Amino acid sequence: MTNSIADIEGMEVIFIIGSNTKETHPVIANRMIKAYRKGAKIIVADPRAVPMVKFSELYLPMRPGTDIALLNGMGQVIVQEGLQNDEFIRDKTEGFDAWKDSVRDFTPERVSKLTGVPKDDIIRAARLYGGSRKAGIFYTMGITQHTCGTDNVKAIANLATLTGNIGRPHTGVNPLRGQNNVQGASDMACAPNVYPGYQRVDLPEVQQKFEQAWGKKLSPKPGLTTTEMIHAAHDKRLKGLYIMGENPVLTDPNQHHTIEALKNLEFLVVQDIFLTETAKLAQVVLPAACSYEKEGTYTNTERRVQRVRRAVNAPGEAWDDLSIIIALSRHLGYPMEYRSPELVFNEFAGLWPALGGMTYDRLKGRGLAWPCPTPEHHGTEYLYKDGFPKGKVPFVQIAFKEPAEVTSDDYPFILTTGRNLYQYHSGSMSRRVPPIEKHAGRAYVEMNRSDAERLSVADGDRVIVSSRRGEVTIAVRVTNQVSAGTLFIPMHYAEAAANVLTNDALDPTVKIPEFKVCAVQVTSAPKAASLATGG
Amino acid sequence: MAMVSLTINGKKITVPDDLTILEAANRHGIAIPNLCKHPQLTPFGGCRLCVVEIKGVPRPVASCTTPVNEGMEITTVTEQLEQHRKFVLELILSDHPNDCMTCESTGSCQLQELAYTYGVKGQEYAGERRTYAKKDGNPFIERDLEKCILCGRCVKVCQEIQGVEAIDFGYRGFKSKITTAYEDDLNCEFCGQCVHVCPTGALTGKLWKRKGRYEGVKETDTVCPYCGTGCNITVHSKNNEIIRITSRPWTWNEGFLCVKGRFGYPFVSSPDRLTKPLIKRKSGEFEETTWTAALEYTASWFRKIREEHGPDALGGLSSARCTNEENYLFQKFMRAGIGTNNVDHCARL
Repeated sequence: MTNSIADIEGMEVIFIIGSNTKETHPVIANRMIKAYRKGAKIIVADPRAVPMVKFSELYLPMRPGTDIALLNGMGQVIVQEGLQNDEFIRDKTEGFDAWKDSVRDFTPERVSKLTGVPKDDIIRAARLYGGSRKAGIFYTMGITQHTCGTDNVKAIANLATLTGNIGRPHTGVNPLRGQNNVQGASDMACAPNVYPGYQRVDLPEVQQKFEQAWGKKLSPKPGLTTTEMIHAAHDKRLKGLYIMGENPVLTDPNQHHTIEALKNLEFLVVQDIFLTETAKLAQVVLPAACSYEKEGTYTNTERRVQRVRRAVNAPGEAWDDLSIIIALSRHLGYPMEYRSPELVFNEFAGLWPALGGMTYDRLKGRGLAWPCPTPEHHGTEYLYKDGFPKGKVPFVQIAFKEPAEVTSDDYPFILTTGRNLYQYHSGSMSRRVPPIEKHAGRAYVEMNRSDAERLSVADGDRVIVSSRRGEVTIAVRVTNQVSAGTLFIPMHYAEAAANVLTNDALDPTVKIPEFKVCAVQVTSAPKAASLATGG
Repeated sequence: MAMVSLTINGKKITVPDDLTILEAANRHGIAIPNLCKHPQLTPFGGCRLCVVEIKGVPRPVASCTTPVNEGMEITTVTEQLEQHRKFVLELILSDHPNDCMTCESTGSCQLQELAYTYGVKGQEYAGERRTYAKKDGNPFIERDLEKCILCGRCVKVCQEIQGVEAIDFGYRGFKSKITTAYEDDLNCEFCGQCVHVCPTGALTGKLWKRKGRYEGVKETDTVCPYCGTGCNITVHSKNNEIIRITSRPWTWNEGFLCVKGRFGYPFVSSPDRLTKPLIKRKSGEFEETTWTAALEYTASWFRKIREEHGPDALGGLSSARCTNEENYLFQKFMRAGIGTNNVDHCARL
C-alpha cells in the first residue's frame, strides 16, 4: 500500500476493484465501514457481488478479465468531463497527451459492451473517483492474477496519476497483501531477480555489494520464478527443490501438471508444520515451528515491520525455520552463524537503507513502516510525499486484451477463484481448526440462480466442473452473488481443488498465473458420486 | 476545531468542543465508572453509571452522552453520585447469576470489578430472575444471556464496526434481551468483536471454556499469522498451550480481529503437527529420523546435483508465512550457499 490502513478513515471515495475485502481482509474492511459511516462513497467493481457491495454507493458487476477496459473507460470519462488534476499532471507526470489519445476509443458505450457494466454506471464511477482528491484505490489478486496482471496494475496507476490521488494522505494505490508476510518475503528478496530491498542481481555494483557482505561469489544471472521452476521441473531442467512453508500442489494452477513436475524432480525437501499435499511428494520432510512458536518480524500490507514473539514452544523436535536453514547451511559447508533472529535483522537492515533506522528495540509497540532510513526517522505512513523515485510518473498506454482462455461451446462458463472468510489459502492451517471446519468445511461452487435453473440443479446438488486440464466433483451453492455465466470456487479444499481446473497461462512480465479466469463446463454428477475426488 | 475550557473536579482543562464529558475526563486521566460506553463505539447512555453533576444543572447527567461546553463545572465524585452508582450495580446484580467462581470472564469482567469496588454482593434486591435456555449451534461464540446486562455494546460493534447487524435488542422491559432475527442461531461472521467488547461473561469464546482465566496464564503480544493486514494479537497461553487470543484496544487495529485471527489458532496443537524429521524409504513410506541424518542427506543431494548439473539445477521456494529473518536467510542460503538465483515465494499465488 502507498498509504496506511488507518488512513482509510479519512477518504472521501474508496474504489475497490478485484478485492473481496470483507472476507479476505476483514479488519481493513472495518476501517472502510468506519469511513462509510463518516460519509465516504464506496465503489466496488467485481464479477461477484462481494459483501462490501452492501456498503457501496455503486456496484459495477464486470465480466472477469475486463479490468483494463473498465479502468481505461473511467479515465476516458474523467478526461472528457475535465475532472483530471491538471496541476499534478503538469508538475509530476509525463506522457499524458499520448495516453489521452490511447483511451479515446474507450467510450462508455464500448466499455459497457466489453465489461457488461451499464454505461451510466461507468460514468458515475468516473465522476465519483475523478471528482475527489481524497480517493484511494484498493485491489488484490482479482487484479493481478491475470495474463494481463501487470497491465491491470498500470491501468490503476494511470487513474491515480490522472487525478493526483497519490502522495498525499487519504489517497493512494493500495494493493492488499494476502499473506501475513508476503510484503516481507518480497522485501527480503525471495525473488529471482533481486537482492534484499529490490536491488537487482544483474547490476555489477549491486552484486559486488552483496558479495562483500556475504563473502561469496554470486551469480549475476536472474533465476526462475515459482511458476517457471515448476515448468523447469516438469521438463527435468530443474533437478532439486527446497520448499519452505509452501504448498504448490494446492496453490499453483493446473494441479496435475504441478504434481507431475514435483515427481520429476530427483530430490525434493519440504520444510513445513504439516505433511501437506506437497510434503507427501518429498524425499525429506523437516518439521518446523509455526508463527506462535518463534521470534522475528513480519511486514504487513502497509509496510509496517512488526515484532513476532514466541508464545508457546514448538512440538516434539520441530525447529524454527531459521535454525533449520542455519544447520542445513552448516552441513552444506557454507556456515551462517547467528545467535538470534535479531542479528539476522540487523544484517539485512544494514543492507537496505529503507530499514536502516530500524532495530528490535524501536519496533516495540506498533512497529515502523518503511522507509525508515535513520534511527531518528519515525517511519513512512504514506509514500511519495516528497516526489517520485524516478522524478516524473509516466502515463502508460494499456491496450485491452481478452483473457488467455475464453468461453466456447464446450466450455461455456467462466470460472473465477479466491478465498472465503473462514478458510485460508491451501487450508493447511485453517482446515485443522475444528470450529472453522465445522462451519465452513465443505467445498462448493457458486452458481447464479438462472444458470442453476437452466441446468436443473438445486442448492446442494453435486456437479462435475471440468476444464481442459481436469475436473472436480463439488456441491452447488445457488446464489446471486455471481452473475450468470460465471462460477466461483474457493481455493482451499483439496478434495475439490479449484487449481485442478485453473489455467497456468502466465502474465509475460511478472509470470503470475491467470487464476481468475478459465473456461469450464458443468455436468451433473452421478447421484452416488463420492465426496473426495480429484480430476 | 474549536476548543473549550471547563473544570472537572476542580481541575481546569481545555479540550476540543466535539468531545463528551466522559471523553474529556478520560483524556485528562479522570476515570468515570461506566459499563455501556466503549471508546470505539457511539454512546448509548444506558447503564447510568457515568452520571456526573454539573453546576447549575438540577439533576445528574450521563457524562457519556453530554457534550462539553465552555465554562462547565463538573463533579464526578460526590456522596450522592456514589450512592446512585452503588444502587445501579445492586439492581444489575439482582438479576445476574453471580457465578464468578466458574465464569470464564472472572478477572477480566468489568461488572465484577465495579461490584468489587463498590462492595456490592448482589443480594440486596433479590427477586425475579431472567432464565434463558442456551441454544447456540455455532462453534465459535458462547452466549449466556443470563449474564447480559443489556449495555448494547455487542449490538453497536456489530452495526458500527463490523457492519453485519446480526443482533439487536428484542422485546421490552424485564423481557428485553439481545437476540437475532426470529431468535435463530447467530447468522454472523463470527469475528468475535462482540466478545471483545462485552463487559461481562455474557459473550465468550467456545474454545476458551475451562482452559484458564488468569492464574498461570502468560500473555504474549505478537502478530496474526493469517492475512497481510498484520493485526496485533495477544496470545494467552498456559502450560505451553494457547488458550485464547485477544487484541488490545490500543493496538493500531483497535482490538478488532476476524474469525481466523481470534478463533483460528487450534491448528497449533493439531495431532497432525510434524514433530520429527522424515525420510522417504524405497518403499515410498516415510520413516522418522534424526536431524543430523536428515540434514546430511539433504546437503548431500544438494551437493550431488550441484556437482553434476550446476547450481541452477537447484531451486528454492520460500514462504510468505515465514518471518523476514527466515526469508532473508533462505535467499542468502540459495544465493551464497547453493549459488543460484532460483529463489522465489508465493506472492503470485
